[in-house]
Amino acid sequence: MDFPFELLMNAVIAGLLLGGFYAAVTAGVSISFGILDIVNIAHPAFIILGSYIAYIVNRTFGLDPILTSVVVLPAFYLLGALVYQVYHVSFEKRGDEALRGLAFFFGLLFITEVGLVLVFGVDYRYVEASYIGPSLHIGIVDLPMRMLVPCLVSLLLITVLQFFLTRTFVGRAIMAVAQDQLALRLMAADPIRIKRIAFAISIATAAVAGAFLIVIQPVEPSVGREYIGRVFAICVLGGMGSLPGTVIAAMLLGVVESITSTFYGPSWAPAVAFGVLLLTLAFRPAGLLGR
Amino acid sequence: MRSPVFFVVALAVGVLVFTACRLVHNDYVFVAGYTVVQYVVLATAWNILGGYCGYVNFGTAAFFALGAYSTVAIHKLVPLPLPLLLLVGGTVSGVVGLGTGYQTLRLRGAFFSIATLALAVVVQTLVTNWDFVGGSRGAYVLRPQTIAPLGNYVQYLFLTMLVLAVVAVTAARMIERSRLGNGFSAIRDDELAAEASGVPTLRLKLVATTLSGAFMGMAGAPFPYSVGYVDPASSFNLAYAVNSIAMPLIGGTTSWIGPLTGAILLGTIQQVATVTISSAVNLLIVGLLLVAFVIVAPNGIVGLVTAVLRRGSKP
Amino acid sequence: MTRPLLQVNNLSKRFGGFVALESIDLTVAPGERLGLIGPNGSGKSTLVNCLCGTLRNETGTVTFDGAPLEGLATHQRTRLGIARSFQLPRPFVSMTLADNIRVPLLYAGGRTKPQLGTAAIDQRCAELLGLVGLAAKAAQWPRDLTQVEMRKLELARALAADPKLLIADEAMAGLSHSEVEDILTLLVRLNENGITIILIEHIMRAVMSFSERLVVLVSGRKIADGPPLEVIADSQVERAYLGH
Repeated sequence: MDFPFELLMNAVIAGLLLGGFYAAVTAGVSISFGILDIVNIAHPAFIILGSYIAYIVNRTFGLDPILTSVVVLPAFYLLGALVYQVYHVSFEKRGDEALRGLAFFFGLLFITEVGLVLVFGVDYRYVEASYIGPSLHIGIVDLPMRMLVPCLVSLLLITVLQFFLTRTFVGRAIMAVAQDQLALRLMAADPIRIKRIAFAISIATAAVAGAFLIVIQPVEPSVGREYIGRVFAICVLGGMGSLPGTVIAAMLLGVVESITSTFYGPSWAPAVAFGVLLLTLAFRPAGLLGR
Repeated sequence: MRSPVFFVVALAVGVLVFTACRLVHNDYVFVAGYTVVQYVVLATAWNILGGYCGYVNFGTAAFFALGAYSTVAIHKLVPLPLPLLLLVGGTVSGVVGLGTGYQTLRLRGAFFSIATLALAVVVQTLVTNWDFVGGSRGAYVLRPQTIAPLGNYVQYLFLTMLVLAVVAVTAARMIERSRLGNGFSAIRDDELAAEASGVPTLRLKLVATTLSGAFMGMAGAPFPYSVGYVDPASSFNLAYAVNSIAMPLIGGTTSWIGPLTGAILLGTIQQVATVTISSAVNLLIVGLLLVAFVIVAPNGIVGLVTAVLRRGSKP
Repeated sequence: MTRPLLQVNNLSKRFGGFVALESIDLTVAPGERLGLIGPNGSGKSTLVNCLCGTLRNETGTVTFDGAPLEGLATHQRTRLGIARSFQLPRPFVSMTLADNIRVPLLYAGGRTKPQLGTAAIDQRCAELLGLVGLAAKAAQWPRDLTQVEMRKLELARALAADPKLLIADEAMAGLSHSEVEDILTLLVRLNENGITIILIEHIMRAVMSFSERLVVLVSGRKIADGPPLEVIADSQVERAYLGH
């Protein structure tokens, strides 16, 4: 029997492109969960919100979804700051993050999904852009533009974020805040403010990730739930808070999902991510680039 | 009040409720009542792990559906009386709870919670691909028309669920007042200090997960007979996840009264709302109430009432 | 020569690249009063965590009362007779003081005696709270306590586990002169009743008056181990810890 080399090759390439996108989706959680230790399971909800905003603007004004998301970034940043403030006052201060804090994020996830169902219904929505449709053909390999563009922009976004976290004062303060709040105070930085900025950034990334999502695939309100498993699997596998680790883990998961989907059918894809998460937690909880 | 006495009193209350419903001469009361009482069981079960131990389970639907689908599978093989079906459903879900817990309870609570989300997805995928129980197309389950000596099967289902609720609430109350309950509270407050105090935290968490899962499975077992048609969409409905979390958190998590109150209140409101408004708006309201309560009233309705009473008794 | 109560051989612990403890050897005799001192970050709390099972040491063995502690969970070690108080108090915040004491009594207090009945447990709760001077506050909540009282609750809770070895991790930090005296008197009394005590402290006056033997940790290594006056006079210790 002919080994389906071409099929495998394309599955791997598709997986890598998908992985680039997954990295953007997870970047926010790498910050909120990996660095700040906030279990924001509602992150996918913000992403879907971003997708729908991109959809509305695209339908009404014909604007490119990714550009839209950049414009909308500040609004998401403010939303993130607001959410963190509520979270901090209601749960962090009371020491109740584990039960009520978690329930809070679940509630947000739930409200967003049901709200979107009420406003938009359960039909799939999609956007139109010049790069959705055409593909680059290099030899036997197919590179769909609708996947290539988000992947490249995503890698750019992550590079910018990594630069911010390692080279700027606020960025380094964010990296430090999880480890040593006292030291941070001595450096005349308010840990709460730093955490708020970090969380706001994480939600801002969701706006862009949402645009990527609706470029790659049609979106309906319950799509967010598929991403909870992926996002936390990648975050843990990537070493909790390491952006380079996130990229590698995202690509790995993308490839595994793509191969599974190609050879065994797409209905198993959501289970793959959770399976990866459980395996990682069982055997290498520190992640691939584990500290 | 000692537990056996409480059980008898609760049973008496249940019988009273049942009799009152029979006076209405409308079967719909039993259908609506079944759902409300089912939520009493689910909320109480969730609270054993969530409220008492502090571990959040997002996968109520998985345990509930396992109970329901156990019934569907058995129904196709050999007709069993309902109480036995409850035992089977409870055992299946209890074992799955134990297994899940064993894999994940050594990790942080957050990872346990995410694993329960995973469980819901995985179980739903498995069931959807299992043709014997109907797969994605679903399965029809014909329920008996009558059953001696009660007659009406719908009323029989309601009575069964009432008894299950009495058992669940009594069990929760017993746990609260026992050594086990002390251990659970210690785990919830500070797991590290609990271990240092000699509490076998892993073992207790496994007990909580198994009990919780088992009761959820028992609540799901009669479901196929109640609705007549079972498919993954209805069994894994998001409503189960959000309600089993919202009801205890809104009612109050530290005692058995909380989930009971939350379930009766929210359950009844939802039964009314689903008929008058859409079910999506209904769920939205539950979600909003959940978020509002965890922010503003972390001790739930029970906490609010206790605070008012305490303020009232001070000069 | 009697068998040591606690025997630590070649214990090491790393966190990634950072070596927190290196080849620690320690022997504690039954009934001894051992003082453990060292600058901040020298590994004292890490050592306690390794002894209690909260952390896993990479190398070395710990033997308690003849039994190896490898692979035992913290609660099992508590039941064998090792109790600790936490440096930053960790009370059970949703329970009254009496219930805080009740937990270890229910789960570890029955080590040498058969499982106590409810009335006996209630009485023991009151006794233990009385021992640390908190009897009047039995029905109050940890959030209503002062720092000192929380420290005392920590100690009472550790005692409720009926320990052979009590590790007091900086139980006196931030206390006034008379409060320190209170705790010291209590610890001495407990020791006279047969409990071996390891006292980890920065308050030199307390450590010197309490300890029969002094161990000094610096940067994860044990640099001194002997009678207090000798250890203090050791030039290495002077340089590393006392700063002259």
